[in-house]
Amino acid sequence: MNRRFLYLVERNFLVWRKLLVPSLIANLADPLIYLLGLGFGLGALVGNVDGRPYSTFLAGGMLCYSTLNSASAEALYSAFSRLKVQRTWEGILHAPMTITDVVVGEWLWAAAKATLSGAAILAVMYGFGFARGVAPLAVLPVLFVVGLCFSGVALIMTTLARGYDFFTYYFTLLITPMGFLSGVFFPLHQLPGPVQRLAWLLPLAHAASLARGLTLGDAMARPWLSVAVLLGYGVAGVCLAAWIARRRLTK
Amino acid sequence: MLTPPETPAAPRLDLPPVPAELPAATAAQPAPMLRVEALRKVYGGRAVVRDLSISVRRGECFGILGPNGAGKTTTLRCCLGLTRADGGAIELGGLPVPEAARVARYRVGVVPQFDNLDPDFTVTENLVMFARYFDIPGRVARERVPRLLEFAGLADRAGARIDQLSGGMKRRLTLARALVNDPDILFLDEPTTGLDPQARHLIWDGLKRLVAGGRTLILTTHFMDEAERLCNRLCVMDEGAIIAQDTPRGLIERLIEPVVVEVYGEGVAGWAARHARALVERLEVTGETAFCYMHDPEPLLAMTRREPALKVLRRAANLEDVFIKLTGRDIRD
Repeated sequence: MNRRFLYLVERNFLVWRKLLVPSLIANLADPLIYLLGLGFGLGALVGNVDGRPYSTFLAGGMLCYSTLNSASAEALYSAFSRLKVQRTWEGILHAPMTITDVVVGEWLWAAAKATLSGAAILAVMYGFGFARGVAPLAVLPVLFVVGLCFSGVALIMTTLARGYDFFTYYFTLLITPMGFLSGVFFPLHQLPGPVQRLAWLLPLAHAASLARGLTLGDAMARPWLSVAVLLGYGVAGVCLAAWIARRRLTK
Repeated sequence: MLTPPETPAAPRLDLPPVPAELPAATAAQPAPMLRVEALRKVYGGRAVVRDLSISVRRGECFGILGPNGAGKTTTLRCCLGLTRADGGAIELGGLPVPEAARVARYRVGVVPQFDNLDPDFTVTENLVMFARYFDIPGRVARERVPRLLEFAGLADRAGARIDQLSGGMKRRLTLARALVNDPDILFLDEPTTGLDPQARHLIWDGLKRLVAGGRTLILTTHFMDEAERLCNRLCVMDEGAIIAQDTPRGLIERLIEPVVVEVYGEGVAGWAARHARALVERLEVTGETAFCYMHDPEPLLAMTRREPALKVLRRAANLEDVFIKLTGRDIRD
């Protein structure tokens, strides 16, 4: 088993380390604004959701949504700039590295970075007292799986894209609707039955279910199935992305 | 800049740990460093490389010349296993490509046509990180950096960001980066395109030292002076095929008349048609210039003395004349 993909993870980590402070602030600020704005503003109108304050409910969803956003941004915009704009991938491929090494490295890196974004939300949840004790820490490996899921799918877009514009469609047509269908901002059971069944085919509903289950102690329907769905999307995504990249780059 | 090394030939850097898969015999083999047979590459039904065969020996500098779109870059990419060929066989450092291309690249350095230095890293970080892709430990890579920077004339720029470098410095850093793994064979795709004369000479000095140090170079260029200066042997490509292959001297001697007289001035076309045609072996007129090719220029020169309005330049035929004769004067885009 080769571990050459780790060189790409190492490269991205070293670059990330240089921009550590702005990166961490961005990780925290964006979801914090959502939590404060929606959680306390909208929460005052909504009152309790599923037997707890809206801000607590929302925090469980934001944990996934922030991980999703971070994984997508890294695997779409950052990876694309390395592929196309900076020609970083091209340079690496002149060394004894393969396209698969590069794509797998990007995948794992984006998931790791996304986990950190999720962890920042978890820290906020501890800060507000939404999460207590050590049990919620079990969500961290799940956040990594959530990161693998969405960076894998995003890499398909990255390897297909001809420009950054393409990613706007991905967010507008796929990610944002999925966000509203998956129980992030309001409980899934508010939606009509057929829509709920559709939502369970998408990965984000599984991510939200696991996140609330592990951090807030909600009942989880079929946790291992949820993990399998997330991993399935992620692995299928990265395999397809590597295949597309091989076809496009070795043409 | 590009200071002379301590030893007459370019110093070999200490070798990176050789990966286990690499055949141990490569270094000692008298077999060609690169062997390409009947290479063929088709894009959208059009053959961009046609029946191309070359063989490059160890220590040779081999040039691939050709106008834009002749298939030079595609040929290099196929040799490195970065582009799938549609036919033919390639052996790089004794290993079949593309099957073993990744392993073959342990002994290869690449200077691509467009710089792809990592803008997120400094000069030193670029070299160290690139060495990591060759399984070279960071400690070993950092030890190598000063010699590489010295070779590239960038010793005082070790901590600079990439966007602080001039075009020539980026090119030299790219060359230094191609040497982090102490390669046997270097592929250079138009290494001096876009550089000013000073920067080009610095690169040439570096390349000559690499050849003197026993490395094999394969370079594409459309600068004839570059090819004439650096290459032991070269081929001229046009529309995907090799149309001539020899030493620079051999090409000039075989393919073209030895003396060129360039005549410029108003009405030169009419003058050439009336008077020069009979005195030269080959005549080409473009715009206000007549290129007269021949063995004995004296009768023509005597004739031009009677036309004081015309400016005359007599020179030996060079590679550019060969290239123009082979590929024509039309613009290629």
